[in-house]
Amino acid sequence: MTANHTPQVREPLVHLSRRTEFSPLRAWGVRLAALVLGLIVCGLAAFLLIEKLQQNPGRIGDFYYAFIKGSFGTSRKLWKMLKNLSILLCIALALTPAFRMRFWNTGAEGQTLMGVLGAIAVDFYFGGKWPEALLIPVMLLAAIIFGGVWGLIPALFKARFNTNETLFTLMMNYVATFVVSYFLVIWVPSGSSSLAKLKYGKLPSVVNDYFLIILIALLLTIGLYIYLNYSKHGYEISVVGESVRTAQYVGISVPKVILRTMLLSGMLCGLTGFLIGSGLDQTITTESVGGQGFTAIMVAWMGNFNPLMMILTSGLIQILNQGAAQISQDFNVSGALPDVIVGIMLFFVIGCEFFINYQLHFRRAQSKEAVR
Amino acid sequence: MDNQLALQMRGITKRFGSVLANNHVDLDIYRGEILAVLGENGCGKTTLMNMIAGIYFPDEGQILIDGREVVIRSPKDAFEHGIGMIHQHFKLVDLFTAAENIVLGVHEEGAFSRRDVNARVTAIASKYGFSIDPEKKIYDMSVSEKQTVEIIKVLYRGADILILDEPTAVLTPQEIDRLFQVLRVMKADGKSIVIITHKLNEVLEVSDRVAILRKGEHIATVSTRDTNESELTEMMVGKKVDLDIRRSDPVDAQPRLVVTGLNLYDAEGVHVLKDISFTANGSEILGIAGIAGSGQRELLESIAGLQPLKSGEIIFHNPKKNKPVTFFHKSLRRVEELAGQHAFHDAAGNPVSFAGMKKKDIQKLVNDGQVLFNEDELINLRDKTPLQIRELGVRLSFVPEDRLGMGLVGSMGITDNMMLRSYRKGPHGLLDRKKPKALAERIIEELQVVTPGTQTPVRRLSGGNVQKVLVGREIAFTPKVLMAAYPVRGLDINSSYTIYHLLTRQKETGVAVLFVGEDLDVLLALCDRILVMNSGAVSGIVDARTATKEQLGLMMTRTDRTRKEAV
Repeated sequence: MTANHTPQVREPLVHLSRRTEFSPLRAWGVRLAALVLGLIVCGLAAFLLIEKLQQNPGRIGDFYYAFIKGSFGTSRKLWKMLKNLSILLCIALALTPAFRMRFWNTGAEGQTLMGVLGAIAVDFYFGGKWPEALLIPVMLLAAIIFGGVWGLIPALFKARFNTNETLFTLMMNYVATFVVSYFLVIWVPSGSSSLAKLKYGKLPSVVNDYFLIILIALLLTIGLYIYLNYSKHGYEISVVGESVRTAQYVGISVPKVILRTMLLSGMLCGLTGFLIGSGLDQTITTESVGGQGFTAIMVAWMGNFNPLMMILTSGLIQILNQGAAQISQDFNVSGALPDVIVGIMLFFVIGCEFFINYQLHFRRAQSKEAVR
Repeated sequence: MDNQLALQMRGITKRFGSVLANNHVDLDIYRGEILAVLGENGCGKTTLMNMIAGIYFPDEGQILIDGREVVIRSPKDAFEHGIGMIHQHFKLVDLFTAAENIVLGVHEEGAFSRRDVNARVTAIASKYGFSIDPEKKIYDMSVSEKQTVEIIKVLYRGADILILDEPTAVLTPQEIDRLFQVLRVMKADGKSIVIITHKLNEVLEVSDRVAILRKGEHIATVSTRDTNESELTEMMVGKKVDLDIRRSDPVDAQPRLVVTGLNLYDAEGVHVLKDISFTANGSEILGIAGIAGSGQRELLESIAGLQPLKSGEIIFHNPKKNKPVTFFHKSLRRVEELAGQHAFHDAAGNPVSFAGMKKKDIQKLVNDGQVLFNEDELINLRDKTPLQIRELGVRLSFVPEDRLGMGLVGSMGITDNMMLRSYRKGPHGLLDRKKPKALAERIIEELQVVTPGTQTPVRRLSGGNVQKVLVGREIAFTPKVLMAAYPVRGLDINSSYTIYHLLTRQKETGVAVLFVGEDLDVLLALCDRILVMNSGAVSGIVDARTATKEQLGLMMTRTDRTRKEAV
């Protein structure tokens, strides 16, 4: 009777369940392990890809040393890393209020570029005519207004017509690029379309060229952390993000919150644009933001939309970038290798979050449990 | 039971991740009987039956049919063994007719003949006493008709064991009677009927035996005629439960909310509220009964300021007679305006006039509580947003049907959820979490909310605890009107009674309570008056102390035509 009883449908080999409680300490342990594992895999990849390493396996130590040297080798490299970290962090911070509201703003690239344009336009037309003490604040103001308007336009359409904000903000990036191209054609009629570095409107140097930028990023992080977690506006953002119906139920005006938050998001992008335009470049190209508007999306997500965590995530990305660049310099390999290394590391770092949020149950392990 | 065994379950165990849904359950089903599977929400009764119906596969244990062990891997296997399940949520194609739905997926020899199928469907229907039109489209059917299609679908496939999951949840008393009649005919025909339910009175009315499940375990199977309500409850809950709602008589019931001629159209232009008029009194629970989707939700949302009304008035009677006016919700100008309309008198009863007085003196007089209202204040809530309603000083609380999607924010802790109503208080832009935290701790203690802490996201709490948090917050607001939509849906018996007692206590403190419910027994036991809704209109208001379930059922379902005939 039982001979033919072999149920073919069994539980799958592995199944997942969401972890309910996981101590932060253990979570950080998992993250650290992922980092170490990533570095090991990077080393293995390096053996496959770098000829010099194959000829002389003893140089593997140099390989890992280059990772650190890229960001910490000299004080100049350290400052550069902190500067890059700050710019990336500022854009990620700008995105955070919108993301907490579940408004998927993919337009930070364009909003920041518009900020650069605002600052440089004022510099171009009034540089040298106005004293620096007037010029720079007006550049800042223009940058914030340009970025804010660029953020507000998709929000208006979202609030009024419920358009899809992801596509809308993405498209606005291209529009921003073309607006910049248009002005470059006007400003540089000679045909090269590259604007020479402007003489005026440079953010004053305190300690060094980068210190002020880093300080602003730090203040912005703390300010935004307080705004999001301890202010009434921040609370409204969280409620709207979680459930529009709940927001309506307690009398929060959802369109108002969307408009206000996206204006803020755009304005902060504009501020970052000012830091790039006035603090670093004193010129503009269509590539002034250089894709950081998109990298910042990842920084914000990896940082769990927590401004303090985002210092770590933007730092990680920056250290990886500079480390990988150092490796390609030291081992005289170019091309895709830095991207491969950064890619491997991010795979492990992002992938480990899965193991923090979910638990795997294997079939065999479970039947043992059942016996017990 | 000297009947023949139809199906046996031996040591059935089912896990979902770390949750043990069924733990070594043994259950016998006989031919020609109605077995009730009784248990609270989440006790694993549906999971258990889903394993016979081929939806889930047990981790451990055996299923025997007619003494032979079988493997049921899919609903198709289940049908081959003569098992059919009627799920709580119907699985029908709206655009098809009844007959088309019934034959869907059945492999028969020869060409499909509409006439043959119709004839067979009609034959099954008349054999067991159903009434069905095989040519009727599903989208034209009432819930009860859809259920009939589901049952015939199972019979058409030759099922001998029928499992019905909460079959009465959406039916009116008359429809329930009809269903039970049909079930008895099927039983006499030798079929085995299993009904999954948590309603005791139905168990006692229709079943032969009752199997009680609690937390995934089979507690006992008893013969229905040897048991009673309190014994079953005790087995179901695990301890003695007081099933008395203890309704008190209203004291000095005064009109609190007067609704007249409410009309509402939804976004698609459907007339969802039709000329609704009623009065809700203070110190009274007004029940709102009706088939699900008859406009109950829209009515409460209209009052709460969440729906744009076409016409009608919602007048709130603020019980201010002989009470002092304050600047809490009124500006100095508004107070002066009201004085001009002779709205006030002083402590001695003389009319108050501010003529020729300085602003400072008026303010002092008001702040000293020397200016009293002549009459209750009337405030029209029509076209006001929830925020405006609150700013007018109308203390209106609303426990919506969708707790986590509307009443609370699932990802936030209890403290942050307490703030939802009050976070705007305070002069500056920063939040004050002290008072909400104190309130959260008070509610956790007073209502015995089971939670790891005030920071734990409310989404992680069980249904009953979520509801306690929501009701607790709305009551903490010391409302004058408290509206609750299906506040005990999905709750266990203990939590349900906690909510009933809370509502009764609110009524006793003078609050006008509006209670939208689905269980007519509860409505009749808890409320003072019951308003019955029928497709968006009020079909009558009855005294809950004298009305019967049958009367309510008729009012819930009769159409305009029958209403006219009745006149």
